[in-house]
Amino acid sequence: MSFEEFVARCHAAGELVVQPRMGFADPAVMRAGLAATKAAAAATVGTVTLDSYTRVCDTASVAHALRNGIALNGYPIVNHPPEVTRGMLDGLEGPDFPVQVRHGSARPADIFRAMIAAGLHATEGGPVSYCLPYSRTPLDESVRNWAHCCDLLLDAEHPAGRPHLETFGGCMMGQLCPPSELVALSVLEALFFYRRGVRSISVSYAQQTNMTQDQEAVSALRRLCAALLPEATWHVVIYAYMGLFPRTSEGARGLLGTAAELAVSTGSERLIVKTTAEAHRIPTVAENVAALEHAGASARSVTGKAVVDDDNQVYREAYALVDAVLNSHADLGRAIVVAFKRGLLDVPYCLHPDNAGQARSYLDPAGRLGWAELGSLPLHRVVESRHADRITSSTLMSALSHVQNAYDAEALEQPMRAIGGES
Amino acid sequence: MTEELRAYGAGVVTEPSRRTVIVSSMASDSHTWNLVYLELLVSELGFDVVNLGACVPDELLESECLSRRPSMLVLSSVNGHGHQDGLRVIQRVRAFPELRAMPVVIGGKLGVGGPLTAEETAQLLLAGFDAVFDDQQGAASFRRFAATLSAGATQVEA
Repeated sequence: MSFEEFVARCHAAGELVVQPRMGFADPAVMRAGLAATKAAAAATVGTVTLDSYTRVCDTASVAHALRNGIALNGYPIVNHPPEVTRGMLDGLEGPDFPVQVRHGSARPADIFRAMIAAGLHATEGGPVSYCLPYSRTPLDESVRNWAHCCDLLLDAEHPAGRPHLETFGGCMMGQLCPPSELVALSVLEALFFYRRGVRSISVSYAQQTNMTQDQEAVSALRRLCAALLPEATWHVVIYAYMGLFPRTSEGARGLLGTAAELAVSTGSERLIVKTTAEAHRIPTVAENVAALEHAGASARSVTGKAVVDDDNQVYREAYALVDAVLNSHADLGRAIVVAFKRGLLDVPYCLHPDNAGQARSYLDPAGRLGWAELGSLPLHRVVESRHADRITSSTLMSALSHVQNAYDAEALEQPMRAIGGES
Repeated sequence: MTEELRAYGAGVVTEPSRRTVIVSSMASDSHTWNLVYLELLVSELGFDVVNLGACVPDELLESECLSRRPSMLVLSSVNGHGHQDGLRVIQRVRAFPELRAMPVVIGGKLGVGGPLTAEETAQLLLAGFDAVFDDQQGAASFRRFAATLSAGATQVEA
């Protein structure tokens, strides 16, 4: 059974699929992490997260680290020979436990080759989302690279099922990007994969700052994908909050629980979790397992579905963005490059030279993300822009810390109540 | 990797500027919120800021320092490779006679296993960093360090 079939089967059975972010340099440690993920009391798929040298094609630094026993922040799939990776996965990965490779590279051809050689068929990323926030690679080169990688994936034999690609576009910058642009980029990357011939797709959306707005965003994502990916099998994957995470364990668990609620209430099929260690360091396997089980249990406790207006503000903005890009050029890859050049797509606070950098976001008092400056975004008729106060290091930090502080404050108040009330 | 060597900033400044600070990541680190924040913080301290952005190759960092001759180089890393990357970068930077006296600091989440040990911090200082700012310290100790630099010092609150 393939990645998509596993997720579909779990969804039909009413189970939210939960997945960690997890990568270790040593194959034995990586294997133990996957085994623990598989054994967790939840519907899980495994993750092999790659290290950040591999992401930038710096195999020399990986080799140096492996030779000298220096820690890496992920599994170096290009440096480890395919038979080592196959051995690492042997007996674990299979129909009841698909494994996805997560990386973050704008130049991922070697990663795709290594992954295919190791018998894996599911990965993620995208020409925009793994270029603009995370690299110095020019956007047009990233578009060519990702087109080539779609071809690599489709040309390979996949005995386990159709190859699967997940967009990372629903996460741009992790935080402070208005949901409509996250939705638009996730849809555009999905359509990019689709037009290259990929037919098994997932579209990401990263939890932001306001539950109602997030539910509107997932509704918008579904509506646009339904219209634009008619021949594909696709599902929605929610990322638990990708910005500054609560420092307290209870705050972190609370935020993860809210992410599970977002996933279930919007009919999303899969959730990628964050752990209580997120604010402090790379999590251990045990912390990841605890997060998977907490997310699974939280998901089972959610019964209601969100009631969302189909034609909500996030949808209207996302539609306008997608429409403007599709009208920029018949070839979607070219259209994306042209759109960024013209500022029709513009990611707030993104430092990449191919991003216009004129648009700015702000957090309103209700915790909804909006546009402070539109730049050249084609949203002037759709949204009322608001001129926010000048941004300083401290106002930026408070916007970045808004979710962290809210969940930590809630967690820290609880013992006080317990002391005052229960005894 | 030649296409990666271009700088984010537009023209190259040839006049040495005493009031410029370079804010940069290192080659393997893709995070940028730390850099956006530092750009605002350092400019509020009275410096012009050149923000080199994510995944800056060693060669680009060196050429930017050589051409701009900044009052300070601020390296920020949050991916856990900061200790290893920082050791490599500072040795390369200090190998240029012109850059031996340039104040260079590093901060962020520098180790894969959480805060650095005293020994790891000492290694970074010994290798040539003027200061190491652990994530737990907050901005105050960095502000104090920046205030000791002659350029921009007048605008720093005591």
